[in-house]
Amino acid sequence: MYRLAALALVFFAAAAGSGIAAAKETVKIAFIGPLTGGVSANGLGGRNSAELAVRLRNADPKSPYEYELMVLDDECKPNIGVQVATKAAADRKIIAGVTHYCSAVAMGTVDVYHRFGMPVIVWGAVLPDVTYAHDYKEIHRVNGTMINQNEVAAQFMTGLKFKKWVIIHDTTDYGKGHNKYFSEDLAAHGGTVLGTFGVTADQQDFNAELTKIKELRPEVIYFGGLTPIGVRIRSQMDKLGIKAVFQGTSGIVSDAFIEGLGPLAEGVLAFREGAPAEKLPGGKFFLEQYQKQKYPDPPEAYGAFAFAAANLIIDAIEKVGPDRRKVMGELNATRDHQSIVGTVTFDDHGQNMVPLITKFVVQDGRWTVWEDSEYARGKRKLAKP
Amino acid sequence: MDPGLAGQYLLNGLMLGVIYAMVAVGFTLFFGVLDVIKFSHGDVVMAGAFVGLATFIGLRDLGIVSSLALLLAVSTAALISMALLGALIARFLVLPLRTAPPLNTLLVTLMLGLALREAVRLFYPNGSNPKPFPRLLPAEAYSFGSFTLRLDSALLLATGLLAIVLVHLLINKTRLGLAIRAVAQDPETAKVMGIDFERVVMITFAIGSALAALAGITNGLYYNEINFGMGLLLGVIGFSAAVVGGLGNIYGAIIGGFLFAGLQTVGAVWFSVPAYKDVFAFAAVILLMAWKPTGLIAEKSAERV
Repeated sequence: MYRLAALALVFFAAAAGSGIAAAKETVKIAFIGPLTGGVSANGLGGRNSAELAVRLRNADPKSPYEYELMVLDDECKPNIGVQVATKAAADRKIIAGVTHYCSAVAMGTVDVYHRFGMPVIVWGAVLPDVTYAHDYKEIHRVNGTMINQNEVAAQFMTGLKFKKWVIIHDTTDYGKGHNKYFSEDLAAHGGTVLGTFGVTADQQDFNAELTKIKELRPEVIYFGGLTPIGVRIRSQMDKLGIKAVFQGTSGIVSDAFIEGLGPLAEGVLAFREGAPAEKLPGGKFFLEQYQKQKYPDPPEAYGAFAFAAANLIIDAIEKVGPDRRKVMGELNATRDHQSIVGTVTFDDHGQNMVPLITKFVVQDGRWTVWEDSEYARGKRKLAKP
Repeated sequence: MDPGLAGQYLLNGLMLGVIYAMVAVGFTLFFGVLDVIKFSHGDVVMAGAFVGLATFIGLRDLGIVSSLALLLAVSTAALISMALLGALIARFLVLPLRTAPPLNTLLVTLMLGLALREAVRLFYPNGSNPKPFPRLLPAEAYSFGSFTLRLDSALLLATGLLAIVLVHLLINKTRLGLAIRAVAQDPETAKVMGIDFERVVMITFAIGSALAALAGITNGLYYNEINFGMGLLLGVIGFSAAVVGGLGNIYGAIIGGFLFAGLQTVGAVWFSVPAYKDVFAFAAVILLMAWKPTGLIAEKSAERV
């Protein structure tokens, strides 16, 4: 008899449980990034990673909501970015957003999110102004800024006894920002800038600029810009016989950069905030899960940040419910949150204060952490002109 | 400036110039024979480069490794397919609009360019990303002080110049060229003399478009990177070059192409922010147009009754 009662109890409990599961409320989150155009590799990696966070949570029976990711393409163009940001922000069903890889786009859209009161977490753009040029409580960022990465870059490169630089940067806010911070930090560490070249972000031919640069005989060419023209400049450098080291920023840390250059990518340096996914406590888990979902494209450099941003938003929603104001308040109060990109703490401007910057060098067609590379052990040498 | 460096600038400028001239000659041929401006020309350059790349990938997957064989196949495929495309454009878009206002032709070809561009972006696998173009030419480089001459650049330069010279000879020394010139000068009389007007127009468009394909392949081999949007600026520059030189005149187009490349190079050397070089070059073009509205070399049969 007891057995029968117990069985009935189990049966009812199961029925009740499944009843709750079926009645789960759907909550929408936006993902915005460059899904087409020159930097789309990073955008697709970010989208997959954010989607992975949503899929994993939806698979979790304990989660009170069913999440839906609304994916929008900003094409890395500010005008398109403002359009899609408005589309997302105007939709009241969307509670929060994981937004933007390109700094110029992130800069253009902050007003939109503020006007509509939609909390967002930036997952890739590194221009400091994205969080620091305003007091909007809606804007947060999980990745660090270019201030941190250029500081480390200047210190590290002067530490390798390089003295003479030439700077090439694109003339968007992003490239100009990199130029500004790196020049300042380099001066502080005793490096010399022989020349600075602003170029358009879709320029094809760099031979005239590079010929001028060849005459200046720099030891390092610093490039502040994104993958597509980074590929062109590195490739045209080689054709003109310029032997200088090519030093990039987080904007070129992508598999597309290596794919576009092949063996020419060897020995290229770049700096990015946060540790590489495989070195983080939860990174292995992230990469394993990512593999399991069989996405056609790799997570790329910022995928882990998009994943962490989506999780932060989902955690906040589960804590305070699907309400923009409450989620924003919850995000602003984020302190010592454990995520797969390390501990996340937002300052007054919603900026994550990540102290860690990772140095990368391309070795055998892979972005390799400097400390693990044969360059650091002296087995291979960076080009000296 | 030391001579090696000046030489390097000159070589860079010449390379750009030969690509621009190839595009500009197309514009000038079309204008010469039919008085039309075909704005899809830049995108034909891009389409040619993509046909070349697709041919390369296909043949490489079939196991062909010889650079020379690949190069010949890539160029042939690109040139023939674009020549066909050019003839088709002439037959189905340009000729039917012959009696319509010239603005219509301009609009139709502008739209065609957009369609070509978007088609590559959407239907070529991962078409919105920049694509690495294979290095099929020998990469030896010879350095003389600060001057580096690469064998591949030299070959590309020679091929481009040769192609332009061949087109020039074709127009001026052959029976076909005579027919093209006759149609250009007076279509009605040419028809009376027994020249197949439509055929001559289609052949002219085929020649111009094949030259565009060659420009696309040259572009790909020179920069080792192509993308779906590369035709846009190339088209505008090619058109400006043709207009500056004097639309309808082949010499004009060649001079215009090299002039524009020269202006860009000078702009890049002069300004501390090289991003201004295009502004400089286009501003100079505007001034030149104000000075000589018919172009540097005016079309000989400028007065039409």
